[in-house]
Amino acid sequence: MERAELAERVSRAGKANEAMNVVEVSGISKSFKGVKVVNNVSFSIGQGEIFGMVGPNGAGKTTTIRMLMDIIKPDSGEIKIMGEPINEEVKNRIGYLPEERGLYKKLTVSQSLSYLAALKNMKKRLASERAEELLKRVNMLPHKDKKTDELSHGMGQLIQFVATILHDPELVVFDEPFAALDPVNTQLLKELILELRSQGKSVILSTHMMNQVEELSDRILMINKGQAVLYGSLAEIKARYRNNSVFLECDRLPDNLPGVVGSKAHGKYMEIFLDGRVSPQEILSTLINQGVKVDRFEVSTPSLNEIFIQVAKEGC
Amino acid sequence: MLNKAFIILKHEFWQTVKNRSFIILTLALPVLAILGVGIYQGVHHWYHPGVPQEEKIGYVDYTGMFGNSTSEPGVQFILYTDEQAAKDALLTKDVKEYLVIPADYLSTGVVTRYTLSREVAPSTKTTGQITDFLLSNLLAGKVSPEVLQRVETPVLLASFRLNETGEIAPNQNVVASYVVPIVFALLFMISIFFASGFLFQSVTEEKENRVMEILLSSVSSRQLLVGKVLGLGIAGLSQVSVWLVTLEVFSRVASSIIPALSDLSIPASLFGWGILYFILGYLLFAALYAGIGSIGATAREGQGWSTIFVLPAVVPYYFSYFIVTYPEGAVSRALTFFPITSPITSMMRLASNVIPAWEIALSLIILAGSVVLTMWLAAKIFRVFLLMYGKRPALREIGRYIREA
Repeated sequence: MERAELAERVSRAGKANEAMNVVEVSGISKSFKGVKVVNNVSFSIGQGEIFGMVGPNGAGKTTTIRMLMDIIKPDSGEIKIMGEPINEEVKNRIGYLPEERGLYKKLTVSQSLSYLAALKNMKKRLASERAEELLKRVNMLPHKDKKTDELSHGMGQLIQFVATILHDPELVVFDEPFAALDPVNTQLLKELILELRSQGKSVILSTHMMNQVEELSDRILMINKGQAVLYGSLAEIKARYRNNSVFLECDRLPDNLPGVVGSKAHGKYMEIFLDGRVSPQEILSTLINQGVKVDRFEVSTPSLNEIFIQVAKEGC
Repeated sequence: MLNKAFIILKHEFWQTVKNRSFIILTLALPVLAILGVGIYQGVHHWYHPGVPQEEKIGYVDYTGMFGNSTSEPGVQFILYTDEQAAKDALLTKDVKEYLVIPADYLSTGVVTRYTLSREVAPSTKTTGQITDFLLSNLLAGKVSPEVLQRVETPVLLASFRLNETGEIAPNQNVVASYVVPIVFALLFMISIFFASGFLFQSVTEEKENRVMEILLSSVSSRQLLVGKVLGLGIAGLSQVSVWLVTLEVFSRVASSIIPALSDLSIPASLFGWGILYFILGYLLFAALYAGIGSIGATAREGQGWSTIFVLPAVVPYYFSYFIVTYPEGAVSRALTFFPITSPITSMMRLASNVIPAWEIALSLIILAGSVVLTMWLAAKIFRVFLLMYGKRPALREIGRYIREA
């Protein structure tokens, strides 16, 4: 990861601690049929950040989000959105793309959008202007008078994105947004999410696809079995879980490199494990001094997936 | 709170009234009424193309008693001296048929009739004309013309039904007093089921097409329920209003031009109470349907459940003859008070004009109470089940969810 980008991510993560958090969740719990689905989870989200909520299926992500949306009430704990307990006025400033999502089959695209915008208290005229603009952005403008059951699955998904952000919400919540998306729409959605951040909106991105979160998020909350297992800046977490190894692609590996305790072949490249006293820089300079031709030298950062597996193991 | 419920109300109302099946059903009654009156008028006109032509019947009289009166309304009797002359007249179509009255007619009563047309039996009209011809000749000079007329038509029966106080009860006309309550109850039932069926459909549709959770992030389940119930209720009420106006106009037009419907009148009380019973009846079924609709994951699943309530609701219709004939019997009373059957039964009894005020009051109180209770339950079920897509819950589970909600 580039140093500058890392620095930027850290600074973004720091923003969450500023005075006014967009989301402030403290100690919420929820049980169904006597099973704690969400257990004492707390987190906060600052303005203009992409907040990743990760964890395996059934970890409690959707339940947490539904509590944020006031669709279900927490058994205990407190939720504040834009500084106040959720109310109708606050709901109008949130956009939500649920995991279970669809559209009215018999309505046209613009009818569906105008009804959903009206329910967010948006003026009719403004809604239709903005709908036009956003439909254009996702190349769906020619289809605006079609009934949604005439659209393909992928087109329907684009309309759902538009419906989610039509009322210009300050907080946008995406629950498993990439599920069943084709690569083109996945890319488009990623662009839209980054655009939202650049407009100063806060985004919650909940998914079990760790790589997507890794790519987009500033800070993350990792949930497993209803409990928060990791929380904080993505860069910090990665640094914390860095295991002392280096990916190496070279013509030959000299024996008895000082500080190297083992190696593992990965086909074209290999991973060498350091003892923790010798820094990767020293290894690199040793290799070069010994005349090894190095094609690739990369300090390994564990993927979020690997971190999750490690955390889940520790938790057991 | 009200603002968003109103947006939902407007949306549901317009979606319903723009629905093709709703429009067809609403307009079906006015169209049928216009067609009915039109067809009656047409047939009436076509059947009486002016003054009927006078017919001729020949006869041969071997008794010599039938020469005095040879003319009856619509027919002329022509005497022939022998049967061959009469037969010739028939074959040349001078007469349409001829009779032979034998010499022993007085002792046997046998008259022979010859005709060219195929028939199962002589028409009542012809039989009547022949009878009158024979009677007026047999009695000519022996009784006064008035007595003769009475002998020909001894009775024109006029029946009246009296009520307990000995006054003539209203709605003497059989057609009017049986048909109106039953037709009315049928329409009422259709409209209630239609409106609450639309509600059911709209809930299951939003669940099935997965719009539900998007909606719930903008509005509360209570706003959704209120908006839907009221929006569809107003649509149903407009449908009933169209029908009531149609019935009123039709009954006026029909009673003036169709003799069989001459005292067809719709009691004024029917309109006022009708609207009230409709509103309460609709709210009851709406609550039941909304609750059921939210439990099933798909429309198909919920449909089976809803039958549980539709079956008892149509019971009054099966008993309609009984309710109209014995409006104050025990069965009629029981069905009036049982909330699910009460709107339709009460409408039948109101339409036939036999229901004491205290029964109306009691049935309305029971009905209103049930509406409040089911609405409260429906709101809870609604909230719990709207986002559940898994397998259908068992009855016991539903009970627990309601307690937990």
